[in-house]
Amino acid sequence: MSAPAVVAESVTRRFADVVALDDVSFDVRAGELFGFVGPDGGGKTTLFRILVTLLLADSGRASVLGLDVARDLWAIRRKVGYMPGRFSLYPDLSVEENLQFFASVFGTTVEAGMPTIAPIYDQLAPFATRRAGALSGGMKQKLALSCALVHHPEILFLDEPTTGVDAVSRREFWDLLADLRGRGLTIVVSTPYMDEAGRCDRVALIQRGRLLGVDEPAAVARSFSGAVLEVRSRERYRALLALRAFEHTDTVHLFGEWLHYTDRRAGNGIAADVVAHLRTNGIVADVTPIAPTIEDTFIQRMGAPEAA
Amino acid sequence: MRRLLYLSWVEVLHVVRDRASLAQLLLVPFIQLVILANAATFAIHDTPAAIVDLDATAASRALSQRFAASPHFRIIGGPRSVAGADEALRSGEATMVLAIPRGFERALVRGEGARVQVQLNAEKGSAAGIVQSYAQRIIARFGAERGEREGTAPALRRIDVQTRGWYNTELDYRQYMVPGILVALVTLVGTLFTAQNIAREKELGTLEQLNVTPISRAEFIAAKLLPFWVLGMAELTLGLGLGAAVFGMPVRGSLLLLLGVAAVYLVAALGIGLLISTAVDTQQQAMFVTFFIMMIYLLMSGLYTPVDSMPGWVRMAAEANPVKHFVEVTRAVLIKGAGAAEIAKPVGMLGAFAAGFFGLAVWRYRKTA
Repeated sequence: MSAPAVVAESVTRRFADVVALDDVSFDVRAGELFGFVGPDGGGKTTLFRILVTLLLADSGRASVLGLDVARDLWAIRRKVGYMPGRFSLYPDLSVEENLQFFASVFGTTVEAGMPTIAPIYDQLAPFATRRAGALSGGMKQKLALSCALVHHPEILFLDEPTTGVDAVSRREFWDLLADLRGRGLTIVVSTPYMDEAGRCDRVALIQRGRLLGVDEPAAVARSFSGAVLEVRSRERYRALLALRAFEHTDTVHLFGEWLHYTDRRAGNGIAADVVAHLRTNGIVADVTPIAPTIEDTFIQRMGAPEAA
Repeated sequence: MRRLLYLSWVEVLHVVRDRASLAQLLLVPFIQLVILANAATFAIHDTPAAIVDLDATAASRALSQRFAASPHFRIIGGPRSVAGADEALRSGEATMVLAIPRGFERALVRGEGARVQVQLNAEKGSAAGIVQSYAQRIIARFGAERGEREGTAPALRRIDVQTRGWYNTELDYRQYMVPGILVALVTLVGTLFTAQNIAREKELGTLEQLNVTPISRAEFIAAKLLPFWVLGMAELTLGLGLGAAVFGMPVRGSLLLLLGVAAVYLVAALGIGLLISTAVDTQQQAMFVTFFIMMIYLLMSGLYTPVDSMPGWVRMAAEANPVKHFVEVTRAVLIKGAGAAEIAKPVGMLGAFAAGFFGLAVWRYRKTA
């Protein structure tokens, strides 16, 4: 394999007395689709801003494409594509004009960038003369992605690209990312949505400025310790309250239509025990063991330092 | 260079696509120029005046006639008594009261020295001063003419002071105000636009994305400045043309020289705007800061009140005011017909401001935090 595309060593950054990033180390392989998953305020944006040379770390080192983010910022800026978390195009310019603007900022043209952006731009082409401000959320994201790609970057940084976008557009967007990755582009993406983590080659769980682990999505799910029980009940909310009050409960949270539950104890017969506890509270429920998801793992790891 | 021009072109698009901006840039200055140039004059016409003629003689009527004939006064009919005149002053019906006492004519004929009384509503200080001087002029001339005609006061051969205003012989305030107002408007609009510009990119979030591009700081600032510089120059040229054609503003010096100085001055004015823009976070903040600074700059520019009559420390501070230097140059070139050599000092100052503010804006605009 070639050299890693991104290397971070003990990156730390504080804002006043808040530690936004605490001793963060990881590396992203070339050609990888690498995801940062974590709640808002976890440090994802701060990390991205350091990697794209907008912010300096207080301590630690980071490099992108073998270039130091503090020293070689001008070289990095020519080679990265960056899509900030907020929609950041000119609403009063048309789709074409926005694209042309970013192409010219990078000293290139839309025509030269077309091979890279064609699969995305084809979907935007019918709206070429429409003002960016009048596009739908999903279309805006696609335009922003086109603008970030128009200069043939070697690596793409996308900070929460799908936040506030509908489910169908989100899926389409991830399909586009998979396509770009298939063509050899390294992509670093962050998301608060657990279901999107499964589409990355590797994910890093990040919370309160700390990396809780980096692994393949399946491995993250497998790393779950213990068993997850799915609790199905018509009275979902009452069941949640009842289980929160249960002395053996480790975690319990809403998961889609049902609840996911983990117990402090190990061993058999726990499912029956939970059913019994719910019945004493007058709730009828069906409890079955299931394979843990990334989200279960994440909630378990997130909860761990607090309980300690 | 291509990049710079394209970035500038996009700035133009931003302005053109926003109707409010467009109106602000094109229409407002001219409407204001028309209104201000006609309103902002120190000349006072038709001051309502009451005359209490207690003498009721040929002489007193002749003096009253002088006031009635003056374009500066409008005589209100009515008060026959001093008390009535007081009431007219108090109610605001009259701004000035001229009282001619009994025995006025007799005193004149005997050459004893006649007296009249002028009372003024001095609520508006400077206006009252001007009205007073009009009244004194009329009375003095009346007295002098009577004295000569009747030969009553040959010994008091009065010294005839003939005043003549150089460069603006009629002391026409419009000649004096129009160039100044033009400067103030172009400065205000230009500075406001540039001040809001980078702040707007901060609000939109586009600055975040632009910062991760190979564009250099100086290039970025220059691209922001260029379109407003061109617009400012166009506006000034048009305004000067309009001023000369419609308001009879004199153009005694070289217009080309003036536009050359304007080119330097605009870099300074727009540089201030960009400097503000790099320092604030929102367009609203930019607007408040700009208005605050512009207020001080305009008041200390010599546009409305001469800087020379301000206290020493203000005069020192005014040296750091590019508006003051440009107003000076504009008036010197237009009204006095000054050439390059005569305006070298203020132009030098403007050059220093232009370089300074542009440099500061570039320096202050950081692409990393």
